Amino acid sequence: MLLTERTTPTRGPDRARRGRADRPGRKAALLLSPTFLVLALVVGYPLLAALRESLFRGGDELDESGFIVTGERFVGLDNYTAVFGEASARFWNAFANTTLFTVTTVAAEVVIGTAMAVVMHRAMRGRGLVRASILVPWAIPTAVAGLLWRWIFQADGVANSLLGTELLWTADGWPAKLAVIIADTWKTAPFVGLLVLAGLQLIPQDVHEAARLDGAGAWQQFWRVTLPLVKPALLVAVLFRLLDALRMFDLPFVLVGAQKGAVETLSMLAWDEANQVRYGPAAAYAVLLFLYVAVVAFVFVRLLGADLLGDRRARRAGARA
Amino acid sequence: MRKAAIAVLMASALAAVGCGSDTGSRTPGDADGRGPITFATLKDGTGTVPELVQRWNADHPDEKVTIVELPEGADGQRQKLVQQAQTKSDVYDVITIDIPWNAEFAARRWITELPREQFAVDGFFDAPLRGSEYRGKLYSIPHFTGSAMLYYREDLLDRAGVEPPSTWTELRAACAKVLALPAAEGMSCYAGQHDKYEGLTVNFLEAVGSAGGEVIDEQGNPHLDTPEAKAGLEFLVDGFRDGMIPAEAITYKEEEGRRAFQQGDLVFHRNWAYIYALANADDGSSEVAGKFGVTVIPGADGPGVSSLGGNNLAVSAFSTKQATARDFIAYLTSLDTQLEHAKGSAYPMTRTEVYTDPGLREQYPYLPVLKDGIEQARPRPSIVRYGDASTAIQESVYAALKGERTVDAALAEMQRALSEIAEGS
Repeated sequence: MLLTERTTPTRGPDRARRGRADRPGRKAALLLSPTFLVLALVVGYPLLAALRESLFRGGDELDESGFIVTGERFVGLDNYTAVFGEASARFWNAFANTTLFTVTTVAAEVVIGTAMAVVMHRAMRGRGLVRASILVPWAIPTAVAGLLWRWIFQADGVANSLLGTELLWTADGWPAKLAVIIADTWKTAPFVGLLVLAGLQLIPQDVHEAARLDGAGAWQQFWRVTLPLVKPALLVAVLFRLLDALRMFDLPFVLVGAQKGAVETLSMLAWDEANQVRYGPAAAYAVLLFLYVAVVAFVFVRLLGADLLGDRRARRAGARA
Repeated sequence: MRKAAIAVLMASALAAVGCGSDTGSRTPGDADGRGPITFATLKDGTGTVPELVQRWNADHPDEKVTIVELPEGADGQRQKLVQQAQTKSDVYDVITIDIPWNAEFAARRWITELPREQFAVDGFFDAPLRGSEYRGKLYSIPHFTGSAMLYYREDLLDRAGVEPPSTWTELRAACAKVLALPAAEGMSCYAGQHDKYEGLTVNFLEAVGSAGGEVIDEQGNPHLDTPEAKAGLEFLVDGFRDGMIPAEAITYKEEEGRRAFQQGDLVFHRNWAYIYALANADDGSSEVAGKFGVTVIPGADGPGVSSLGGNNLAVSAFSTKQATARDFIAYLTSLDTQLEHAKGSAYPMTRTEVYTDPGLREQYPYLPVLKDGIEQARPRPSIVRYGDASTAIQESVYAALKGERTVDAALAEMQRALSEIAEGS
C-alpha cells in the first residue's frame, strides 16, 4: 500500500489544476474502483472483522446443565489488557522470539542470498544447473522443509553426528532457536538470491568494464559498483523477507512443535488461542501482530524506501537522457 | 471531490462485503432426518473401513455413506471439526473425535446426546464408555480404544534371567541386570513419550495413576497435592536424572520412541498397540523382530493404570440426517462389524468379546495383555477445558523433567492452574 502511494506521481501539480482535474479525477476513481473493491474484500474486510472480533469474548461460561453459553459478549479492550496482564510473559516471549527470528534470519539471508546471486550471475559452465539447485530449497513447501530438518535435527540425526554433538535440537531450549534460524535461512536465502539476481542482471556490463579500466579490484568492484546498483532490488527483497519472517508460523510449528517457549512466535500464539476456540483473544494477538508488521513496514519504507525509489527514478531519468 | 468519490466507493464495497458474509450455509439440524450421509474419519491405511462402509451401502441404498477424510494428526483433525461446527455446516454427519474432546464438544452442543439402548453399550469396555459421557449422558460411541503396553526385550530379559516387571522397582532391578550384559552395551532402560505434547500429559496421568493417585477426579477437581502425585512425577523426573530414561527421550513422541526401540536402543518402552506389528516386521526395518514381548505397564506397587487412547464416533448436531447417522454408528460399532474390522486392521476394538475371539488372539498375540490394560485403564479427565488443562500439565511436567522446576514447585503450579481451569468451567 505504502509503496503504491508513494509512486502515485504528481500529486502537487494535480491539486494546483483542480478546476480542470475534477473530471479526470472522477474518471480515475472510477477506473481504480475495481482495485479498491478487491482491496476492501481481501484486506479491509478481514482486518475490520479481526478488529471487531478482538473486542468480544464468548464460549467460556457454562450454564447449570453443563452447556456452554452460546453467543459473544462485548468486552471492550479486555482481551488486550489480558495480553499485557496475565498473559504478558507468554506474549513478550513470543514477541522476542518473533523479533529475534526476523533479525537473525533476514540478516543471514541477505548475506548468503547476495553471495548466491553473485554465483548465479557468473557466466560459467553449468550455470543453469547451479541456478536450479540453489533455488530448490525455495521450491520446497515450508511444512515439508520443517519435516526434513526435524529428521536432520533429531537426537540421533545427521546434525549431531556431523557436529559430534549431543544436542537435543527439537527440545525446548536455545538449540531449538538455532535450528529454526538455520532451517529458515536455508529455506529463504534463495528467495533473496533470486531477487538480487534480477537486480544484478539489470546492471550494464560496461559499468564493470569501466571500473576495471580504472583499476578496481574484484572486491572494490563488488563493494563500490555492484552493491550500490543492486541496492534497490536488495531492499525490496529485505522488505518482503521482513514481512514474511514476522509472521513465521509453520517452520517452528513443524520443526519443533507447538507450545514450546523457545520458538513460539506471535502467529503460533494466535493459532493456539483459536485452536482452543477462544477467537477474541486470538484476534487480539492477530491485531497486535498486524500492528507490529505495519509499523516495521512503515519504518522500513520511510527510512530506506525514499532512497530506494529516488534511486530508481534517478536511474530512469538517466536512462532517458 | 475525488477523495469523496473514493470514500463512497470504499464504503459501498465494505457494505457489500459485510452483507455477503451473513449468508452462510447454516442448518438447524434434524434429529429424525434420514438420507445419504457423510462420515468424517481418519485415513485408514488398511482399507478396512471403506469395505465396511460398502457393505452398509449395499444394504441401505437410500442412506448411502460417503467417507470424508480428516487431516492426519489430532491438531488438524480438531481444527477441521471446530471450523465445521463454527460455521454450523452440515457437511459432516458422523464425526470422529479424540476421546478427550467428548466433554467439550458436548458442552458446546456440537454433538448430540445418544440413546444408550440403540448401541448395546453393555458390551463395551467400561473405561472408554465412561470417557464418552458428559454429566452422566452419552454423547459418543467408542470406536477404537487402547491402553499403553510395556514392550520389553524378551531375549535380553531371558539372558539376564529376569521376569517382565510389574512394578517400578522391578523395572529398575531388571534394567540393572540386563544392562550389565555385554549384549546390552549402549542401551538405555526405559522411555515413553516425553516431548511437550499430548503424549506427555498421557504419560504423566499414567504415572500418577500407577502410583495410586488421580490427577483430576470425575468432578473436575485436581489432586496434585497428594503423595501419589508426587511419586508419579518423581518416577519420571528421577528417571531422567539418573539416566534410567535416556536424555534424548525428552524429544520422543510415539514414532521417535518406536524407532529407538526398533533400533535396539531400549530395554523397555511404553507405547500403544499399533507399534507391535511394525516392531515385529521381518523385512529388515526392525532389529527387534521376534525378540520382544509385551506386558501391562508397571506401577508403584503393582500393575499400572494406563491412560486411555482412542477415537469415538459422534453425530454432528448440525446434521440434517441424524437418524441415519445414529444407525450407521450402531452398525459400525456392533460386535459383528468389530469382529470383521479386527480381522482387517490392528486397531484395538472397543467391545470386550473381540478380545476373547480365538482367531483374533492368534492373529494378535498381545490381545490378552491389551485387554488387561484397557480394563485397568482410565479415560483422560472429562472436562470441558481439556485442552487448557493438558497444556498446563505439559508446561509443568516438561519443566520438571528438564530440571528447570523442582517436583514440588511443578506440582504446586499444576494444582493452581488446574484449579483455576476447574473453577472457570
